[in-house]
Amino acid sequence: MTQTFIVVGAGHAGGQAVATLRSKGFDGRIILIGDERYVPYERPPLSKAVLAGELEVERTFLKKETWYPEKNIEFRPNTLVTKLDRKARTISTASGEVLGYDKLLLATGTRVRKLQAPGADLDNIFYLRALDDTLAIQRKMTPGTNVVIVGGGYIGLEVAAVAVKMGCTVTVLEGLERVMSRVVAPEVSAFYHHVHTDAGVVIKTGMAVTGFEGDGKVERVTCADDSVFAADLVVIGVGVLPNVELAAEGDLAVDNGIVVDEYGQTSDDNIWAAGDCTNHPNALLGRRLRLESVQNAVDQAKTAANAMCGELKPYSEIPWFWSDQYDLKLQIVGLSEPGDEVVIRGNPAERKFSALYLRHGKFVAINAINMIKDFMAAKKLIAEGKILDPDKAADAEIALKDM
Amino acid sequence: MAKLHITDREGVETVIEGEVGISVMENLRDNDYELEAICGGQCSCATCHIYIDDAWMAKIGARNDEENELLEELDCVQPNSRLSCQIEFTEDMDGLAIVIAPDE
Repeated sequence: MTQTFIVVGAGHAGGQAVATLRSKGFDGRIILIGDERYVPYERPPLSKAVLAGELEVERTFLKKETWYPEKNIEFRPNTLVTKLDRKARTISTASGEVLGYDKLLLATGTRVRKLQAPGADLDNIFYLRALDDTLAIQRKMTPGTNVVIVGGGYIGLEVAAVAVKMGCTVTVLEGLERVMSRVVAPEVSAFYHHVHTDAGVVIKTGMAVTGFEGDGKVERVTCADDSVFAADLVVIGVGVLPNVELAAEGDLAVDNGIVVDEYGQTSDDNIWAAGDCTNHPNALLGRRLRLESVQNAVDQAKTAANAMCGELKPYSEIPWFWSDQYDLKLQIVGLSEPGDEVVIRGNPAERKFSALYLRHGKFVAINAINMIKDFMAAKKLIAEGKILDPDKAADAEIALKDM
Repeated sequence: MAKLHITDREGVETVIEGEVGISVMENLRDNDYELEAICGGQCSCATCHIYIDDAWMAKIGARNDEENELLEELDCVQPNSRLSCQIEFTEDMDGLAIVIAPDE
């Protein structure tokens, strides 16, 4: 009897999972279900090269469209899964179709956090999550356009970098006291603030957006301190929420993400989950966490797909991320926390430095800015739990790998 | 299209009709070779490491600075190491032979 594996979610994790299932030799039926019209694609370039018009849409695809039929994978685009019946081992789609599975992988990802403010539904207000969002924003981003970006995180700042380069007038409104505050030290925030300001971006921190005004389409953004910003185009990037409703309604364990073990298995023996939507354990970090990252999506999807094929290899990787803004390659390894000791190596004025995060002397995270060697060395040292001497670590003349 | 000779991590050699105008990494990925390529070609992760056949070294050209820095930190780097995302596959590379480097 041929088995059926269903993968819900055609993002990075879903795309990786079906590739791994086939490469592991699973020759049963595979159904990959996505709610967008595209085959799985790279998401990071959406706020960078694709937005800038430098990368064709097709080149973001993880596999060509023809690959799916060639591998006998039933890809179903534009399909929303609305119900999970664990007892019957079926899922239902919005169109009423019921599909049975032997094993199921939930790779449902995240969705953007919507800003609840008057006028938030006006035209020309966008969120950036999917390829079509990028293409829609790109069409509006012509030279001279007043672009207001709500949120000074990675997405907001990457969009700002592209927009100002395209000749737009760009304002970033950040609610907290500094940009990228959730993920980097104050020294790194200050550096990025300065770089953007130098490029012509206006950054306002501590700004609470209260609403949007305009006749049909957005014309102004209003803030709690009564300041008003003219806007032809608004891009909102204020975080994401995990898509856990399907799992929760199916009565799977959910706690800020679908709860899985180190093999990606949920509280149901026939159901796995992978990627941004999971709350998973990480032995190297010694805790559970939910991560929004490509590395996690790829590595966890492989783990889960392997487990679905009966091969148990626990997932445990130090998380890593990257963000490209202007000529700056920011590479991040590990997760820093408020209270970590911050050691700066190199020279921010030369746009080449690293911020190392030490917790009780132990090297736990790095932000490497145009410091590729530090990034590569840090991947190993952080995984080893290396204790660093802060004075030595601050000396960029000493290679990090030699410490 | 141009021929690309590939030796995978198990030592198995195959020849594919490579698509020109895209990177060697994209060709490997499109043809299901085991290779992480996590950053998608942004020269940010060094997970698409390959070795170039010595006879092709001069034709392929030198590493760029970022690529060089990534490669130099790998344990299994060799003089003929390249990141496959940084090589655009062109018609005149017909017959190029590469080996996929071990996973680190």
